[in-house]
Amino acid sequence: MTAPAPQEKNIETSDPTKGAGDIAGSKIGVFICHCGSNIAGVVDCGKVREASEKLPGVVVVKENKYTCSDLGQAEIIKAIKENGVQRVVVASCSPRLHEPTFRKCVQQAGLNPYLLQMVNIREQCSWVHSHEKEKATEKAANLVQMGVSKAGKLKPLEAREVPVEPTSLVIGGGVAGIQAALDLANMGFKIYLVETQPSIGGKMAQLDKTFPTGDCAICILAPKMVELSRHPNITLLSYSDVEEVKGYVGSFEVKVRRKARFVHEDKCVGCGSCAEVCPVKVDNEFDLGFGQRKAVYVPFPQAVPLKYTIDKVNCLHFKSGKCLLCVKKCSNQAIDHEMEDEILTLKVGTIVVATGFDTYVPKRKGVYKYWEYENVITGLELERMLNASGPTGGHLIRPSDGNPPKRVAFIQCVGSRNKKIGNNYCSRVCCMYAIKNAQIVMEHEPETEIAVYYNDIRAFGKGFEELYHRVREDYAVEFIRGRPAKLTLDPKTKSIKIRAEETLLNKITEREFDLVVLSTGLIPSEGSKRIGKILSLTQSPDGFFMEAHPKLRPVDTAMDGIYLAGCAQSPKDIPDSVAQAKAAASSAAAPMFARKVRIEPLTAIVNDDLCQGCGLCVDLCPYSAPELVPGDKGGMRAHVIEALCHGCGTCAASCPQKAISPMQFTDDQIYSEIQAALTETTRRHSPKKKAEAEVSP
Amino acid sequence: MEAGAQREDHQAVHEPKIVAFCCNWCSYAGADLAGTTRLQYPPNVRIIRVMCSGRVDPAFVLKAYALGADGVIVAGCHPADCHYINGNEKTSMRGDFLENFLDEAGIEPQRFKVEWIAGSEGRKFAETVKKMVVELEKLGPISKEAVQDE
Repeated sequence: MTAPAPQEKNIETSDPTKGAGDIAGSKIGVFICHCGSNIAGVVDCGKVREASEKLPGVVVVKENKYTCSDLGQAEIIKAIKENGVQRVVVASCSPRLHEPTFRKCVQQAGLNPYLLQMVNIREQCSWVHSHEKEKATEKAANLVQMGVSKAGKLKPLEAREVPVEPTSLVIGGGVAGIQAALDLANMGFKIYLVETQPSIGGKMAQLDKTFPTGDCAICILAPKMVELSRHPNITLLSYSDVEEVKGYVGSFEVKVRRKARFVHEDKCVGCGSCAEVCPVKVDNEFDLGFGQRKAVYVPFPQAVPLKYTIDKVNCLHFKSGKCLLCVKKCSNQAIDHEMEDEILTLKVGTIVVATGFDTYVPKRKGVYKYWEYENVITGLELERMLNASGPTGGHLIRPSDGNPPKRVAFIQCVGSRNKKIGNNYCSRVCCMYAIKNAQIVMEHEPETEIAVYYNDIRAFGKGFEELYHRVREDYAVEFIRGRPAKLTLDPKTKSIKIRAEETLLNKITEREFDLVVLSTGLIPSEGSKRIGKILSLTQSPDGFFMEAHPKLRPVDTAMDGIYLAGCAQSPKDIPDSVAQAKAAASSAAAPMFARKVRIEPLTAIVNDDLCQGCGLCVDLCPYSAPELVPGDKGGMRAHVIEALCHGCGTCAASCPQKAISPMQFTDDQIYSEIQAALTETTRRHSPKKKAEAEVSP
Repeated sequence: MEAGAQREDHQAVHEPKIVAFCCNWCSYAGADLAGTTRLQYPPNVRIIRVMCSGRVDPAFVLKAYALGADGVIVAGCHPADCHYINGNEKTSMRGDFLENFLDEAGIEPQRFKVEWIAGSEGRKFAETVKKMVVELEKLGPISKEAVQDE
């Protein structure tokens, strides 16, 4: 087999800071982190140190309990300043966690921050080989060898500073999106809020009261919705979808589709006379099928913007070309059946993703018979029913006969904490909304008999436990520990018999109820999957968007300039959503206040001496970053437009001349890693052998 | 940990070496997730981080065999999920090319794998490594003639 020869001589790409890094004579410092016992509990860091000391170029090796601590960082700085270390290798956690920390530290000591190489001996070593200590130690030593080898090939680089457009895009107009938009607008930034529905308000607008305080949801939300619509810094794009996002932090280019609502927003005054005359009645999605609306409608009375929308699917004019009663009735000539979708192009510096959640929909053939028994409803359907402006005017009724139910059961953890359906997580709000709704039902009908079938009651928030006790003691709501196994219908009365194992009593019981409410959990919203793809956001195993770090960067994403708020990141209640929205606003504001942001030097550069202008890179690049320009010595050669290059390196993988290369992943750097990975100098070395390299005190 | 246990029992069993090229956004994150969730897999693998699987020059893979790797994994984002629009499509094409090339060179197909591993698929990363280690142990060392450099 003829392996294409890797370039034996190092390919010197035309680095902007050429000549600054003297590879051959580099003094390398290695810093091995114990991470408490996270690494040192498995990997014998002493042995890794001894092995590292023997590596060529290594002049300092230190072990630290926590290299990321002040003390640990001080050692790195000291080694650079006092021992003349020119390349720093930190063997610790994933670079995805602490690379920025150590880059700053290296820079602080006066060294170019890109002369740092991280070695991942925690996530990719100690944590995954915890039962094979000796082999994990060998691997860690080899990983350090790879890092040292690459470190020798590192070159100083300069981060690029780009201007930041002081404008933000907020995707999603639920409570989280509303809060983030308001906060940013109040800081003086221009905001575009894009909401796919005709009105903002999100799921919170559908709720009756909020736990644990019993505030009316829409009463506390509506003023915020109105404030947003009137804010001079906010452009509200309702009934619109984000279709495409290009660019990077500071200057994203966003394409938004404004779906035709067939009613001119500037002319509609929201009087509702069109809806009065509209002859078409259909189920209102906002009321989850319990109420009705017209084909020209606002989803709910407090909608913002209070502008009517024609539902094209059901409008008679679109179906048959006739009717136009609404057009005749509207005195402002706001209705226009010829209206077309409009595409807007926005330029924004940052993006807040607040795409929210959907509620879990019970399975068609499931145990809880949601699709088969009329009197089995979901928690959100109950919310609509209990809501004074809802389809029943706030009266709780049985869907089968319209009578008030005397016996109500709540079944918890439907679609949550269930391995069978793949939703292992707790949805965090179902316990409390069921308890809150039980209280409201008791307030409406004090004679009602209520039982809550639960697995664990999670009343963890401020005032939650108190509400739980109040409902249990003052309202005599019964809490039964156990997951119902079977629901059967009495065909005459339409009542439902629940068979369950009551685990606290250790017996199986059967009880009959007039209404069963399924406390369905939260799942990522349908729209969020689409947005995730458009923005290249990573999802956690549960399908919600993954934050940059679960503890320290809970509102950032792996993408610079894109932040998360609300249930898009994970299920949470209203106060947590609002808090996260405020945090996201603050994170998004930072680069916008600074008006500039540093961008990692990852772009590709071309070595003019090697490039023959074949243009393969031009064909391959997904961003059209390389272009062919006339070369100094005649002929064409490639040139990379830096602002377009994302640094993926697919050009380098195909370049026949090896003339193009991304700055941080050059051929010779990668070859040096391959070579070190397969060289066994660190395997099974004798621990007794004394270190040859000089170790600084 | 069957693979590991097996090796403890029979010292003579060949200990395969695997080089895995992982893209920063999906597969490297997936490997990190395997760590944070403490999924155990054999320590025979060395991960080399690249920004995109599309960065992996087929020459890197061939060089790895030439230097003694028993197996090579190239891991990227799932189709249509690429952080760089379509880098993984190029990976896929280069993977096909490599498979044919390795076949002609007499290198067993089990020694090379292109795998799509998302940032949420820590388990898939661990399983991919486990499976390859078992297969490579069965195959034994790579044929010296097949991998002669140049």
